[in-house]
Amino acid sequence: MTGATIASAGPDQRAAFRPATFPDVLRSEWTKLRSVRSTFWALTVTVVLGIGLGTAVSAAAAHGYARSSASSKLSWDPTGYSQTGVAIASLAIAVLGVLCIGSEYSSGMIRTSLTAVPKRGRVLAAKSLVLGSVTFVVGEATGFAAFFAGQALISGHAPTAALGDPGVARAVAGAGLYLTALAVLSVAAGTLLRHPAAAIACLMAVLLVLPGIAQALPDSWRNPVTEFWPTLAGGDLTSVHHAAHTLPPWDGFGVMCLFTAIVYAIALTLLNRRDA
Amino acid sequence: MIEAHGLVKRYGSTTAVNDLSFSVRPGTVTGFLGPNGAGKTTTMRLILGLDAPTRGSVTVGGRGYRDLPSPMREVGALLDARALHGGRRARDHLLCLAQSNGIARRRVDEVLSIVGLEDVARRRAKGFSQGMGQRLGIAAALLGDPAVLIFDEPVNGLDPDGIHWVRTLMRALAAEGRTVLVSSHLMSEMALTAGHLLVIGKGRLIADTSVEEFTRSSSRQSVHVRSPRAAELAARCRQAGATVRATDPGVIEITGMDSAEVGRLAAAHGIALSELIPVRASLEEAFMELTKDSVEYQATGVTR
Repeated sequence: MTGATIASAGPDQRAAFRPATFPDVLRSEWTKLRSVRSTFWALTVTVVLGIGLGTAVSAAAAHGYARSSASSKLSWDPTGYSQTGVAIASLAIAVLGVLCIGSEYSSGMIRTSLTAVPKRGRVLAAKSLVLGSVTFVVGEATGFAAFFAGQALISGHAPTAALGDPGVARAVAGAGLYLTALAVLSVAAGTLLRHPAAAIACLMAVLLVLPGIAQALPDSWRNPVTEFWPTLAGGDLTSVHHAAHTLPPWDGFGVMCLFTAIVYAIALTLLNRRDA
Repeated sequence: MIEAHGLVKRYGSTTAVNDLSFSVRPGTVTGFLGPNGAGKTTTMRLILGLDAPTRGSVTVGGRGYRDLPSPMREVGALLDARALHGGRRARDHLLCLAQSNGIARRRVDEVLSIVGLEDVARRRAKGFSQGMGQRLGIAAALLGDPAVLIFDEPVNGLDPDGIHWVRTLMRALAAEGRTVLVSSHLMSEMALTAGHLLVIGKGRLIADTSVEEFTRSSSRQSVHVRSPRAAELAARCRQAGATVRATDPGVIEITGMDSAEVGRLAAAHGIALSELIPVRASLEEAFMELTKDSVEYQATGVTR
C-alpha cells in the first residue's frame, strides 16, 4: 500500500490559498455536467428528434400542399412545420434539467457538493448558468438546422420561408431561448422537489397534461388559461404568426421568464433554509 | 481547531444533539465516540454547515463553516462514502470537487495515488467495492490539503488491510499538526488510534478526556473466584465491605478487594480456592458502562 505521504509540507507550511470564486463553481458544474452519460443522451435526443421530427413533418406537409384546401393554404406555415421537433426537444431538456440536480439528491452527492461549496446559492446559480448555456447553444443549433433542412425539403413543392421574412428569424432563434428558459425552470423545479421522479412528473404536467386539459374547458375559461400558461406563453416566441388569444411573442416569453424567476427564487430560499 | 458552544439540534420532537460544548485540538487524533444514534453524525453535519443548529454555534478555525472562503482547503470531510454520483468516473468526481475550490488539477492525481486508486481512476464509481468507495471519499477529503479533517466511521466496511491503512493515515495526519476528528462506535478502534476522546450519548457530552485518563479512571478491577465454598466466601467478603456477584454455581465476582486480600481472607477461614483471577475490565466494557444509560436501542432479557 502507498505510504502515508499526504503532502510535502505540514499544514503550517501550506502555500497561501486564494478564496474560491463563482467561476470556480462554474468550472466544477461544467465538469459534473459533461461527466455523466445522461447529459449526452438527453442532448442527443434533443438534436436528433428536434431536427428529425421537424424535417419529417416539413416533408409530409410539402407533399400534401398541392391537394390541400384554399383555407389551409392561407395558413401555410413553413417555419412552424420545420420547428415541430422543439416540442419533443423540450421534454428531453426538462428531464436533463431535473436530473442535473435531482440525481445529486437521489445519490447523496448533494451533501458532498454543499460541503465543498457551502454558499449554496452559488451551486444553484452555476448549475443553471452552465446548463442554460449548453441548452442555448444546442437549442439554437437544432432550431436553425431544423429550419434549413425543413425549407430544403419544402422547396419545389410549396412556398418556403426565409430568415428575412417578418418574424421568421425571431421564431427560429426563439426555439433556443424557449429551451434555455425551460432548462433553468427544470433545474429550479428539481431543487424545489428534490425527487427526480416527482419533479419530472410535475414538469410533464406543466408542459403537456394541463395544457391538454385546458383545451377541454369552455372558451371563456380556456382562453385566459392558455394565454398566460407559462410554457404555452413562452412557446409564442417560436411561432411566426400571432394566433388569437395568445400574447405577443416577447410578452409571452416574458411571462415564462417571470414564472421561471419565481420558481427559482422559491428554490433558492428553500435550498438555503433546508438541512441538506 | 473545532469549537462547539452549546450546540443543540432538534428534528421535530427528537433532540439529536443536546447542549454540546467541546473543542477539538490539533496534533492528535480525537476519537468521537458514542453508541449508534448518539448524535455523532448530526454533530459532524452541524460542523460542516449541512444542518443548521437549533441553538448554539460551532466554528472551524474561528469561523462558521459557511463563512470559510475556501472550505476544502481548511476542512476535509468524509461523512458518507456513498454520497456521490455512481455514473461519474472516480477522477471526474475528484476533479469537479477540486475545481469548485480552485484546487489544481494535478492534486487530483496526487490524492488518487495517496489512497491507491490510480489504477481505477477512470472507472465509474458505482462499480467500486465498499473499501474502494471509502478510499475515494478519503481522497476527496485530502484534496485541499486541509488543516482540519473530519471522518465519520472511516473503517466501516474495510478489510483488515484497509483498517490498518486508515489507522496509519489518521495518526500521520495528526502527527503533521492537523486537527483530526474521527467518529466510531467501537472503543477498541479508538484505543488504537486516538489520543483524546469525546464520548457522547443521547446527544449529550459524557466525557472529554485523554485516552490514558479514560483507561485509568474507568477500568474497574474485580476478582474472579471459583471455590466449593463460594457462598461462604461471598458472605465473608461482604462483611469485609466488598461487593460480590454470584455468576455461576461455585463462581463469584468480587469488586472492592484485590486478589491478595481475597486470598488472605480465604486462607484465614480455611476455604479452598480452585481459581483466583484478577480481572481488569476492558476498555470496551468501560465504554459500555459509561454509556449504558444512553443507548438508544437496547436488547432486554438477554444475559451475557
